[in-house]
Amino acid sequence: MNVRAFILFVLLPIASWAQGYAGLGGSAEGFDRPVPGYSFEFPRDHGPHPTYRIEWWYLTANLRDADGSDYGIQWTLFRSALKPSEADGWQSPQIWMGHAAVTTPDAHYFAERLSRGGVGQAGVTAHPFEAWIDEWHMRGGDLDTLNLTANGVDFGYDLQLQAQGSLVFHGDAGYSVKSADGQASYYYSQPFYTVEGILHLPDQDVEVTGQGWLDREWSSQPLAEDQSGWDWFSLSFDSGDKLMAFRLRGDRGDYTAATWIEPDGTVTPLPDGSVKLKPLETTSVAQRNVPTRWHLSSPELGVDIDVIAVTPKAWMGTRFEYWEGPITISGSHTGRGYLEMTGY
Amino acid sequence: MTRAAVQALLSHWRSHPLQLMTLLTGIALATCLWSAVQAINAEARASYDRASAQLAIGRFDKLRASGNLIPLSRYAALRRAGWQVAAVLEGSLRLDGRSVRLMGVDMIAYPALPAVTEIEQGAAAPDPADILTAPGRLLMSPELAPLFQTAPGFPPIITSTALPPDLVLTDIGVAEQLLNRSGQISRLIILPEQPRGQPPLSDIAPELQRITPSAQLDTAQLTDSFHLNLSAFGLLSFAVGLFIVHGTVGLAFAQRRGTIRTLRALGLPMRHLIWIGLGELLLLAAIGGMFGLGLGYFLAGALLPDVAATLRGLYGAPIDGQMSLRPQWVAAGLAMATGGTLAASGHALWRLSRMPILAGPGLQAWGGDTTSTRITGALGLALLIAGTIAYFAFGGLIAGFALLAGLLTGAALLLPLLLSGALTLFLRRARSPVAQWVLADMRAQLPGLSLALMALLLALAANIGVGTMVSSFRLTFTGWLDQRLTSELYVTAADDTQGERITEWLTPRVSAVLPIRSAELTHETGPLFLYGIVDHESYRQNWPLIAEGPDVWDHVLNRGAVLINEQLARRADLWPGDRVAITAEHTLPIAGVYSDYGNPTGQAIVAMPVLDQIAPNTETRRFGIRTEPERASDLAQVLRNQFELPPSAVVQQAAMKAQSMAIFEKTFVITSALNVLTLGVAGFAILTSLLTLWTQRLPQVAPVWALGLTRTQLARLELLRSVLLAALTACLALPLGLVLAWVLLVVINVQAFGWRLPMHLFPGDWASLFLLTLLAAVLAAALPAWRLLRLPPAALLRVFANER
Repeated sequence: MNVRAFILFVLLPIASWAQGYAGLGGSAEGFDRPVPGYSFEFPRDHGPHPTYRIEWWYLTANLRDADGSDYGIQWTLFRSALKPSEADGWQSPQIWMGHAAVTTPDAHYFAERLSRGGVGQAGVTAHPFEAWIDEWHMRGGDLDTLNLTANGVDFGYDLQLQAQGSLVFHGDAGYSVKSADGQASYYYSQPFYTVEGILHLPDQDVEVTGQGWLDREWSSQPLAEDQSGWDWFSLSFDSGDKLMAFRLRGDRGDYTAATWIEPDGTVTPLPDGSVKLKPLETTSVAQRNVPTRWHLSSPELGVDIDVIAVTPKAWMGTRFEYWEGPITISGSHTGRGYLEMTGY
Repeated sequence: MTRAAVQALLSHWRSHPLQLMTLLTGIALATCLWSAVQAINAEARASYDRASAQLAIGRFDKLRASGNLIPLSRYAALRRAGWQVAAVLEGSLRLDGRSVRLMGVDMIAYPALPAVTEIEQGAAAPDPADILTAPGRLLMSPELAPLFQTAPGFPPIITSTALPPDLVLTDIGVAEQLLNRSGQISRLIILPEQPRGQPPLSDIAPELQRITPSAQLDTAQLTDSFHLNLSAFGLLSFAVGLFIVHGTVGLAFAQRRGTIRTLRALGLPMRHLIWIGLGELLLLAAIGGMFGLGLGYFLAGALLPDVAATLRGLYGAPIDGQMSLRPQWVAAGLAMATGGTLAASGHALWRLSRMPILAGPGLQAWGGDTTSTRITGALGLALLIAGTIAYFAFGGLIAGFALLAGLLTGAALLLPLLLSGALTLFLRRARSPVAQWVLADMRAQLPGLSLALMALLLALAANIGVGTMVSSFRLTFTGWLDQRLTSELYVTAADDTQGERITEWLTPRVSAVLPIRSAELTHETGPLFLYGIVDHESYRQNWPLIAEGPDVWDHVLNRGAVLINEQLARRADLWPGDRVAITAEHTLPIAGVYSDYGNPTGQAIVAMPVLDQIAPNTETRRFGIRTEPERASDLAQVLRNQFELPPSAVVQQAAMKAQSMAIFEKTFVITSALNVLTLGVAGFAILTSLLTLWTQRLPQVAPVWALGLTRTQLARLELLRSVLLAALTACLALPLGLVLAWVLLVVINVQAFGWRLPMHLFPGDWASLFLLTLLAAVLAAALPAWRLLRLPPAALLRVFANER
């Protein structure tokens, strides 16, 4: 899911300046590059890697209230380095950006925060683990037990997360290739959270429970020059299996990759082309046509499913706009998940 | 028929090109000055709006620590509690003797700054990384760019017209390095969108004060009075210009009586005639108005840089030196030209409509008789009284201007009565027949000349009044600067620590180091700067007090009393013996009031321990240094080297005074320019009136010539008459001008600037103005006199032959 780098590059640090900045495929001069065979070390690698250009802590959760209504939340902290170093105070070249959202069956609320490193306004510490920007935080002794909060003008949430399984490494033991040219990132996940807590909505507070998925990823040059956007799925099936799949849309053709995750944490990486992603229906949102119903198939995995957005209008009207929201799954498998689409 | 009539009427202008020029010039002059002032005002207001929009100064609340900077940790604490605030670090940079405001904003936390957005959308949008990382970028108006391009040691520049002209905007990371104030924050802007569930501010940062926009001094409001001043001047010039229009249009209709009689005799209805006359005037107004607008635009462009400097100097108001042509301005200017022309010509048109069909070409001078002179005089007196009553009844700036208007128009309307009275008085004393004739003839001419003389009276009075005000101000200001700037050197350290080191180093080397410490507080009348002082003879001997209680310095230094500046005293009506609430908890007795020119905000002075009590942790970064004047220059250099201070951090007294005087001089450049122009317009008005009268004078001059006076004598008498009338008017203008000066100093200045100045008299200036008036009168009469001189005797003889 390194495609999310796009957000980081395109919108940071000052929104529209960057829109003319087609530097995704630009050089990563001075920054470290991911290499195969990296040995992860924890809790160190839960913390930031300032010598890499981009990094994120990306949490999504599918939730349900006592009446059975579906909700989704997003909590994301991005780090983008203007230089491969860190400095004190305002001189810090590390830029942080937070996105938070709550999706209900009929509404979508979101908020955005920006900060630079060095001033204490945002950052991540590996041990004890805390990722924060302003008053938003994702914090716990380690990554297994987390408290997650965020607030916007008219919404907020306060959730407890408990990991029920181990970390999952994508691609080649955490080295995740993103294009035919070999662009790559370090990418691992904790997809086994159970979640409970409160959503603060404009008219009421709602008690919810559900499941969460955390992605950790960092890199310096993740996209190929011709790639313009992506569609990314995290699916949790009722069977206990999980599937992460993405499609990078490029002028020279799409690039797909996926990871099949069994309930015990056993992973099977799937190469380009093994999962087919096909839009079935689009919704007009924010003057764009965004696919909100998809067909996913993989003969290899025996998966043949339709996914549909809980709320088609889950548009993130942040500085760089994209679609992100909860989905429900039907077909050969049932379950819930999250969908992110950019570049529409 | 109508076409023939139009041709016949317009042919008048072909045979009187000078008259046409005069009329057009009159309209153009009236429009020009008025429009120029309007253009300047519009430009200034647009600048204010832009500035407050760009920096969100007027819109958002801010947080401030009274007296010192906010540490970075406070910012982080507020943010981590959910408060959406953006850090701003402000300071000034000195370049080539010019002081420029540097504003560092956290461009990451507050990327929606309008100026930044505009630059982003520009063609050459910079890479954000360049702006946010060393060396960074400086954003400034194109006007300011040359200053920085030539100076070494600054980051590259990005220009944008969206920025106010006196401000350099940059990221806070760049600003802290340029200002040498690492990790410090001047104020925090509270951003418009705040999240739910915030704890109250008092729980997180109790020492920070939240300032709402209404408690901040609003530039537009501050400068309103200045613009009102300019408008009043423009209006005065407009009125004077209309005198010319009135004179020429009256003349043109008088001269065309013959044509008009013929046209009517041929069957042209009066209604058609009126419409033709109206159409002609509208056409002339349009041409003259366009001409005037062009001149006005040029004039405004020429004056604007000085006005800009004034506003910057006086109020710190950001204003551009650049002019732009606004369509509303063109429309308003043309409307003024048309309206003014019609108003000034209404009388002539009305007379035309009342003219009996067979009336002959009039020989009697048009204008009023004795009775109407009296009525005008009575009206004048009424206006004088009304203006005075308005002022005392209502008070305030507008009432002050009402008083001025009443005074000026009232005195102008009284003028014919007074002049006629003076001439009658002279006539009784006159013995020689020629003298008697000259005086009687002058009195007879008065109604025709009175409007021009009124214009002259107004111009002279304005000159004396404004001149007295400016000169009084200059005298007072120079003396005040000497009192106020007593230290030989002024030093600004980077922070308190460096301040301490500088003090330690200096103490054995100079006669005194006087710390200058101030905290910004909020009083009900606006921002209030509280200064702390130590006991030193520099203050006791020199501080410019305008009101004081007994033992003023003893009270301030030892008994916790306060000195306040005149602006605060007048705004809040507080004087020695009263008590002033400096903050909610601290109310102090007032020991004295001091004058504080050129400063829009309220100020108060207390002893150093009292300052520490009211605003603890006030920074100690600025110092006044007393030493032998001849050592100042060397010491400044040594200080800069010793502490690696930027050149702007050590300023010598002489440089400071020179800069203050330069600001002062610029302040009144526009006033004197408008003054001279008004006088020119008045001189021109006399010329046109004399030319108008000239056509009707032949029958009166011819008998005197026939009695034996030569044409040379008559021409000389013609000049003498003009000079005498001008002299009489000037004599009446002097008291009016002095009253005007008094009103300006005691009423208008107090309202507009918050200070009252002592009035000084400058007889030398009056004498030269008097001579200038006589010269103008001679010049205005020169053309008619020269015509008389060259008149063929046959023309004079013909007067007796022609039927009257």
